[in-house]
Amino acid sequence: MALQEQALPLGGIAPDRTGKYRTDHLLVAEMIPAGSKVLDVGCGDGELLQLLESRGIDGRGIELSREGVNRCVAKGLAVVQGDADTDLVNYPDDAFDYVILSQTLQATRQPKPVLENLLRIGRRAIVSFPNFGFWKMRLQLLVGGHMPRTENLPATWYDTPNIHFCTIKDFVQLCDEINVKMERAVALDLYGRPVPLNLPWWVWNMFGEQGVFLLSRGGKGR
Amino acid sequence: MTQLQSVSSPSIHSEDRAHEADHPTSPVVKFGFEQPLKLDCGIDLAPFQIAYQTYGELNADRSNAILICHALTLDQHVANVHPLTGKAGWWEIMVGPGRPLDTDRYFIICSNVIGGCMGSTGPASTNPATGKAWGLDFPIITIPDMVRAQAMLLDRLGIETLLCVIGGSMGGMQVLQWTAAYPERVFSALPVACSTRHSAQNIAFHELGRQAVMADPDWHHGRYFERSTHPHRGLAVARMAGHITYLSDAALHRKFGRRMQDRELPTFSFDADFQVESYLRYQGSSFVERFDANSYLYLTRAMDYFDIAADHDGVLAEAFRGIKTRFCVVSFTSDWLFPTSESRALVHALNASSARVSFAEIETDRGHDAFLLDVPEFFDISRAFLESAGKARGLESKAFSSEVDTGSREENASKQER
Repeated sequence: MALQEQALPLGGIAPDRTGKYRTDHLLVAEMIPAGSKVLDVGCGDGELLQLLESRGIDGRGIELSREGVNRCVAKGLAVVQGDADTDLVNYPDDAFDYVILSQTLQATRQPKPVLENLLRIGRRAIVSFPNFGFWKMRLQLLVGGHMPRTENLPATWYDTPNIHFCTIKDFVQLCDEINVKMERAVALDLYGRPVPLNLPWWVWNMFGEQGVFLLSRGGKGR
Repeated sequence: MTQLQSVSSPSIHSEDRAHEADHPTSPVVKFGFEQPLKLDCGIDLAPFQIAYQTYGELNADRSNAILICHALTLDQHVANVHPLTGKAGWWEIMVGPGRPLDTDRYFIICSNVIGGCMGSTGPASTNPATGKAWGLDFPIITIPDMVRAQAMLLDRLGIETLLCVIGGSMGGMQVLQWTAAYPERVFSALPVACSTRHSAQNIAFHELGRQAVMADPDWHHGRYFERSTHPHRGLAVARMAGHITYLSDAALHRKFGRRMQDRELPTFSFDADFQVESYLRYQGSSFVERFDANSYLYLTRAMDYFDIAADHDGVLAEAFRGIKTRFCVVSFTSDWLFPTSESRALVHALNASSARVSFAEIETDRGHDAFLLDVPEFFDISRAFLESAGKARGLESKAFSSEVDTGSREENASKQER
């Protein structure tokens, strides 16, 4: 699947001059119409959920850490302590309009069933993850000969919660394999800016520090 | 010989307890024959009364009322000296100025449940038809009955909706029943260390307790009032068994280990050689001073019968369909009476019914009783949840003082606690 064919125009993310929200969060929020019901899997301290609620989106969250849950509850957010790997199976089909997996895919034990569950629970899913095909990553392994570390992924190989890294290319392949339709794809560079669309897809895989994907259930049937 | 010494005789006389059952120290609301309590067993209970306590002040638009539902052997004396024991209220750590249930912000209500023995009509109350204590003639009551009575009390107090209903254990069951039966009256709900149904293991422990009471020769088929006795040994054993289930192995080990009580070598007898034994005996004997044995039978039975899904063809999510109430479910890691898995099942059902639910499992080795103890993480989450509920209800501007004031007050309160 050629990536740029799937990529729709960004529609211009309003730049956040206040610096209150991360660009990838703003990008995700732009993808969701007001009034939608959204589940944020691995919602951390609820930053994205707060942004969504401020835009009239009915948000819920799942978060593994107790500290994260406490902070979310303090903000008045509805967040349940739980594990994406084990808890998603308990959610009924079509419970949400959108299910978000923001910077969490690489920390799941079983990314494939998790992805399948996202699109069972929600009509659409938005998945963002750090791209292991990013040039800095490649360079560190190629030249430095050690497992890559970046500003956003500072953990060393032995104490990282991230166990399933993938590249944008790998993720596209996985989506294809489980018949997930890619409605929109955006690569963000090191500064969180969208990589220009007119570039070939391998540029994304090379220069995208992270990928953000809007997915829906495939039409092929299984 | 030693067995007879095992539980000391109560120092508070049954007459004191009997008097408290009919004429409580706290405020009481009486319902006449024209306002019967419709019980699940099919009986209309009338007349009856509900004893309660309140703390703080109701605001002008009556939007800051919080109902506390008490656990099995507790009562309405949440944050004041107990009239029978002279001890501090059972949740003073949670309720008061600057505490999570801040009496400067909220109007707190706690009623003694129907079937209890601290002023609400129960088996220890006088049956108006006979002039004697109800005893086993008192009809079997359920958790929904308790909640129905509380709703009648609130009607009488002029409170239409509650900012929050909060409670742990049996209190948590009442919280859930409130949301299922009166969703429109409950803005938010904080069920703690509870479940939507009483498990077989829990029923088994309750049966053990009831059998202990009924095996006591002083029980006299529940008519001990007329004989001026009280089955205090049976009730103490019931309490001892219950108390073990409220703790955890880790908590017992940390507190007592295998340490001896006032001696270095075993006595080779059935004396309380171990500290844990004398602790349990103390728990048992102090309990019988304030609690009525028949009431224990009725309230444990009410918990056993509780199964919220049963009223909805076994589908738990149906009980909460379309509910607007905001939930915060809390469980504790070492609670084996109401383990986290039970709370998770509730959370999944609430999610399935699109309810707005938060859930936190709090790490502690203190077992089921953790909700009554100083667990700062639990306080923080309760405070945060109530504040956000208050904010969502528009309480912030009216009843809440400025951020600075709140901060300094909390600081003062925590200084006092230290």
